[in-house]
Amino acid sequence: MKKQKISNWGKYPVVEANVFEITDELRAQKQVKEGAELIARGLGRSYGDSSLAETIVDVTGMDRFLAFDDETGVLKCEAGVSFSTILEFFVPKGWFLPVTPGTKFITVGGAIASDVHGKNHHKEVCFGNWVREMKILLASGETVLCSPIEKSDLFYATIGGMGLTGIILEAEFSLKKIETAFIKQEALPAENLDIVMRLFDESKEFTYSVAWIDCLAKGKNLGKSILFRGEHANLEDIKNTPFANTPLFYQNKGMLGVPFNFPSGSLNSLTIRLFNGFYYMMNKMKGSGITHLDPFFYPLDAIANWNRIYGKKGFLQYQFVLPLESSRDGMGEVLQAIAVEGRGSFLAVLKLFGKQESMISFPQEGYTLALDFPIMPGLLKFLKKLDEIVLKHGGRFYFTKDSRLDPETFKKGYPRLAEFLEIKKKYDPDGVFSSRQSKRLELT
Amino acid sequence: MKYCLIIGAGSDVAKALAVEFAKGGFNLQLAGRNVEDIGKTAADLQIRYGVKVETLYLDVLKFETHPEFFSNLNPKPEVVVAAAGLLGDQKVTERDQSATLTVINTNFTGIVSLLNEAANYFQELGSGSIIGISSVAGDRGRMKNYIYGAAKAGFTAYLSGLRQRLSKKGVDVLSVQPGFINTKMLQGVETPKPLTAEPEQVAKMIYNGFRSKKHVIYTPGYWRIIMSVVKFIPERIFVKLDL
Repeated sequence: MKKQKISNWGKYPVVEANVFEITDELRAQKQVKEGAELIARGLGRSYGDSSLAETIVDVTGMDRFLAFDDETGVLKCEAGVSFSTILEFFVPKGWFLPVTPGTKFITVGGAIASDVHGKNHHKEVCFGNWVREMKILLASGETVLCSPIEKSDLFYATIGGMGLTGIILEAEFSLKKIETAFIKQEALPAENLDIVMRLFDESKEFTYSVAWIDCLAKGKNLGKSILFRGEHANLEDIKNTPFANTPLFYQNKGMLGVPFNFPSGSLNSLTIRLFNGFYYMMNKMKGSGITHLDPFFYPLDAIANWNRIYGKKGFLQYQFVLPLESSRDGMGEVLQAIAVEGRGSFLAVLKLFGKQESMISFPQEGYTLALDFPIMPGLLKFLKKLDEIVLKHGGRFYFTKDSRLDPETFKKGYPRLAEFLEIKKKYDPDGVFSSRQSKRLELT
Repeated sequence: MKYCLIIGAGSDVAKALAVEFAKGGFNLQLAGRNVEDIGKTAADLQIRYGVKVETLYLDVLKFETHPEFFSNLNPKPEVVVAAAGLLGDQKVTERDQSATLTVINTNFTGIVSLLNEAANYFQELGSGSIIGISSVAGDRGRMKNYIYGAAKAGFTAYLSGLRQRLSKKGVDVLSVQPGFINTKMLQGVETPKPLTAEPEQVAKMIYNGFRSKKHVIYTPGYWRIIMSVVKFIPERIFVKLDL
């Protein structure tokens, strides 16, 4: 079998891997029994090296719905089913994902492994919170069911466990009832960090909230941003709109593409400044209204391969969360460091997380910031500086976005890591499930 | 409501074809050995397309069960698709009698035994469709897979004769000649990328061929040209090649 060059969404790093496509349980078992170290991979939308290894098991061919209860909204499906497929078939029936990140091109298995969060974390926690049961293929080749009652250690270690406990084959989770496929949205401009944080506090009763930050704003404008908040629109809300007759309209539209890699470096601070300024203006004017859920949740999905704008060298995502009490100071310091350096992030997303009890999932109560940085000389050194600020304020980092942290820095943020590794050892004593990331972070 | 029976429903092409029939409003009867996996496909099609889907146990190699299998179908299908197939390992089949017979019986004898039942039923009814998924490997025997190829050649000839017989009785027979398809059958076999089709693409072509009552289709169409060239090569040159 020929090795393939493969990378995830950040296009960095690139590895050579044997990729095995599995479409059913038997084939998955056969692959695991071969005994080589491997990691499962879905649609490759994690940014770094989470789902990269010398042997990759591609689960996107396992994409069948297995059961749906239209009274309760409980859906059971194979792990390779994508969020976009779920939306395509279930929005028209009046159901929506309980939690979704900013792209719909992810699999259910990946959503669980990363325990993805969305704009409703403060009210509805992570995707894993909605999972009732999973079928997992263990290193022994055995498939087992786990749930909060049955093999609960395996269940909780798999949620956010980055595929290190086994291959998720099937999952059962609940969808959310909706009356329409539309969102009542408000966009509120905030001149600085204090104001946007106050807006987050005032928006706690809204189901969805998120802010986009202009990273290049300095001084008294540090943290200049736009906060978006929204609720699912009901039939009454869309009564006088053109959508009144098609409340549950949903279509996976053809996408605009970025046809080639931009020259590396074309996103310099000037272009980003222009973009952010333009974006801020645009949203200040647009204000509030009814919008379809697709542009509300997935604004960037409308542009296929948007990662190409960073050029061939790729980019790094940097996402961390700070505890609530140190959020104001820590965010201020991070934004200050970015503004001083002039290393603007094309996209910077701020969000207030709610409380979450979990073993290895990323979110904890406090503010999280996600940044993109095109790969350029000096970047890694600069990020080290940010790492220090984050650690100083008691923060932690997101596996799914990471491709560069050192083990010490990473581990500091996860007090229950030892417990997780115990469970991993129990179900995978020989360390079959291992990724480039888990090796780099010295977890396997 | 019309039904379509798919024999060998566990294959990747069969799964993709089941989607096309479900989208076309057909209920489905999915038959094969791995009923657990086929049951999942059945659930998926029901949820996505709201059609009725039955899962049926069927072993193509158990010839004696075939008449009863067909007579037990209730309701009877309007379309029967033969999608079961086994590539086998050429090197093994050259030496091992039982491996050879398994390849021949899966691709030819067992399918013929089942399609005979369907053919007689459709002839009496005066309507119906049979779709046989054969292979370009049957167009000319090659050293790399001639046991499989020979069985498929037999199947292609069978479909041709069956079509001639049944066309006079209002029954359509479609022969499908696929080339390389990216399926589990070919996992581990190196195939030229530009000539390797996806199962979904092939399934769409088959469904369209069925709708427009075609007799013989190559999937994709360029295989008709490739195979006419291959068939045209004089034997004295062909024997020297390593195709």
